[in-house]
Amino acid sequence: MSENNTPLLRLDHIGKEFYGNRVLSDISFDINAGEIIGLVGENGAGKSTLLNILFGMPVISSTGGHEGALFVDGKKVNFTSPNQALAQGIGMVHQEFSLIPGFTATENILLNREVLNGSSLSYLFSDRVSTLNREEMNARASAAINTLGVNINPDMIVSEMPVGYKQFIEIAREIDRKNTRLLFLDEPTAVLAESEAEILITALKKLARSGIAIVFISHRLSEVKELCSRILVLRDGKLITDQPAESLSARQIASLMVGRESEKKVDLQKLPEEPEDIESENASDSLTQQKKKKKIRPALKVEHLWVDMPGETVRDVSFEVMKGEIFGIGGLAGHGKLGIPNGIMGLYPAGGRVRLFGRSLTLNKPRKALGRKMAFVSEDRRGVGLLLDEPLDWNITFTAMQTQGRFLLGIPYIFQMRNEHAMRKEARKYIDSLNIKCTGPSQLAGELSGGNQQKVCLAKAFVLRPNILLICEPTRGIDIGAKSLVLDTLKEYNRENGTTIIITSSELEELRSVCNRVAIVDEGKIAGILPASSPAEDFGMLMMGQTHQEEGEESA
Amino acid sequence: MIRKLFDKIANNAVPAVFIIISAFAIPLSGYSASYLVQELLTRIGRNSFLILSLLIPIMAGMGLNFGMVLGAMAGQIGLLFICDWGIVGIPGMVLACLIGTPIAIVLGIFCGYIMNRAKGREMVTGYILGFFINGVYQMTVLYLMGWIIPITSPTLLLSRGYGVRNAVSLLGIRGILDNLIPTIITGTKDAGQFLSINGAKSFMMIQLPFIEGSIRVPLATLIVIALFCVFIMWFRRTKLGQDMRAIGQSQSVADSAGIPVNRTRIIAIVISTVLACYGQIIYLQNMGTLNTYNSHDQAGMFSIAALLIGGASVSRATIANVFAGVILFHLMFIVAPVAGKNLIGDAQIGEYFRVFVSYGIIAIALVLHAWRRNREREAARRSLRGNKGGE
Repeated sequence: MSENNTPLLRLDHIGKEFYGNRVLSDISFDINAGEIIGLVGENGAGKSTLLNILFGMPVISSTGGHEGALFVDGKKVNFTSPNQALAQGIGMVHQEFSLIPGFTATENILLNREVLNGSSLSYLFSDRVSTLNREEMNARASAAINTLGVNINPDMIVSEMPVGYKQFIEIAREIDRKNTRLLFLDEPTAVLAESEAEILITALKKLARSGIAIVFISHRLSEVKELCSRILVLRDGKLITDQPAESLSARQIASLMVGRESEKKVDLQKLPEEPEDIESENASDSLTQQKKKKKIRPALKVEHLWVDMPGETVRDVSFEVMKGEIFGIGGLAGHGKLGIPNGIMGLYPAGGRVRLFGRSLTLNKPRKALGRKMAFVSEDRRGVGLLLDEPLDWNITFTAMQTQGRFLLGIPYIFQMRNEHAMRKEARKYIDSLNIKCTGPSQLAGELSGGNQQKVCLAKAFVLRPNILLICEPTRGIDIGAKSLVLDTLKEYNRENGTTIIITSSELEELRSVCNRVAIVDEGKIAGILPASSPAEDFGMLMMGQTHQEEGEESA
Repeated sequence: MIRKLFDKIANNAVPAVFIIISAFAIPLSGYSASYLVQELLTRIGRNSFLILSLLIPIMAGMGLNFGMVLGAMAGQIGLLFICDWGIVGIPGMVLACLIGTPIAIVLGIFCGYIMNRAKGREMVTGYILGFFINGVYQMTVLYLMGWIIPITSPTLLLSRGYGVRNAVSLLGIRGILDNLIPTIITGTKDAGQFLSINGAKSFMMIQLPFIEGSIRVPLATLIVIALFCVFIMWFRRTKLGQDMRAIGQSQSVADSAGIPVNRTRIIAIVISTVLACYGQIIYLQNMGTLNTYNSHDQAGMFSIAALLIGGASVSRATIANVFAGVILFHLMFIVAPVAGKNLIGDAQIGEYFRVFVSYGIIAIALVLHAWRRNREREAARRSLRGNKGGE
């Protein structure tokens, strides 16, 4: 890879705004043939927007295109559809498998590129009436699989394969394209076991030696470091660093990704390797300290919880929350942090053991959870959280009415009706105390702004007088002023009523500012629980799949 | 393990029930074997083509094509024209097909277009679309024919001068395909008797020692059906067939691989509609009369019921399912009335069974399909979690 060669792909000052909201600015870098580049960044750092631009996704052109220019082999290009990028030899392996489950490996690898037998009918109609040449197809599929250095029977049906194989098939499909020169891999190891990931990394290295450039997007820093020759870190839409992999430690990468606004790029690079690494006992230490100090018992004890929430699968999670504590759950999107509260409340199929004040909680029955005085504020405010076409007083008192039989007149089980007066009174109380901007208790919930809707959701939870309050993404989609108000309300409620609060949020800073302790979820498991005062990069390391042990090995 | 066993039973429950019912009903009916074989052969010839037309949309993941009645209507319009023009025999049938084809293609494109707008709800859409097109068909046949559309034959038209009679005799093409290659299977000892009754007409006669009486074989129809089966087997091996299988399993994956999903789905429905048109013409040439306003109605439902009884599901059907279905479904209809009469003294029970069973089987198939899909989804979710956690 000599310097005077024209780069395979050059990005020149790429930027993108969505409706005045800047998501990418001034991204420039080159990719050369045979190079393996690691691209890392938190959620919302702009990775997916960058990919959308590179592949000419319609979402970009329909929102006014992008700034800057792309050059392939030194020639300026402007892709308007993913097929154009494919034609230039730029392929993509997605995070979700795009394989047809009932097809064999061969059929999937050659999907829509099947080898056809010539047929006279094809002159009359189109090529589609020609029969498939199975032998030739199998030969080509085997060739592509062999390039990866793995051994998979091309006649194996995909749905019967282990997950790791599927990833290989997916990559083999891109290799089979004759002109593939640059391959983007989006979280290819996320679904793989460690041994499978190792095979994949070896295969990718082999692939790069054959001249194909690879961009490896992953949150597993150890893999990024092992595989890639260069590492690019994106944060808040900016390219923070572009360095050879050897010059960065995993810890530095993590701090670069999480980094705080005040810190300068230069300072971060000089960041010392902290001598006192956080031990895994640390979290439990602080726990026992807390226990000793206040003599408090766990309000919520979760053991080996799993939750089948689509896109937020929880695999095996155990933690304890003390009474009166504000406990945060953080982590990257899609790693299962939202699945935990949703699973505890019974909204998605779940298993494991959950004990509430020492008594076990029946899972999969939201009614039981609510009956035990747990309240839940869903991340899906407009779908699960609110009855959008109903007035505020209904929304605020609805759950209390249904599960606790309050705000009702008449005789239970025989004849009951709503106590409109009490409902309105309760609604007014919360409209005042939470400062909900509305015309009154009879305004429809759907007419309020996001921030005020969130306050209504909080009011709805407060009305239940909960012992434990679970809140998902309290500040998602609301403006900054409302954000601090919502967070202050939570802190205040915790202080006044001693209510245990569990907050799940993608915004780490927010969790660190509100919570006592924060758990980081990674790939459906708890990577670690740290006191909120721990340095941000420690949280970053946990998010990037660096457990304490690995870190220790690395520094050793 | 238990789950697998349960799956196996659930997959084959419907055919099994029919085999059991038939096993009881056949001896009760007192029919001879050669009579049953004769009846079954007739019905295989009559119905198989219609049922086979359902296979391609199932392959493309569009479920049971209730919209095939559109094709049946197109075929009937073709038949009405040849009756009016007085064209008989094989040329008449071919012409009816030629007239029906463009109508079926247009209706198929229309149907496919609408189904593309209602993805995931193709079956109910096709079913309701059948009702809608039935209205258009009735208007055409009842008001426009003889008025705007030139139909002149007084045997077809209502006495008021326009509109077609309810019952149209298809004497000109009756049995014309079935008897194109006259074939008889007789028992060795009955052969002489048969010849003396039927004279010296040219028959292809096969003598088998173990058969009593004689069986007429609609050989030409069976050959047409066999050719059609070959067509389907060939079609599965083409690129188009492969694309349809891909779309049937995952539209989004097929789409991202560059397969034109919507276009392919329309092609699947057009093929099905055109074949249903031919199927209805074959069916009616066997029946010999056309119920102008009702014949097509039952075509869809009975074909679908037969296919399901043959062990097919909403997402999977084979040629073997078609023939197993025709045999089991019709075997029961042949024996049930007599068995019912012999048992309870009422032949109506057979007709009752026919309708009850058809609807019931379709309902069961749809419930099974929904149940299985839910379980597959659950399994997919579980697999995401890997082997961690419990069940």
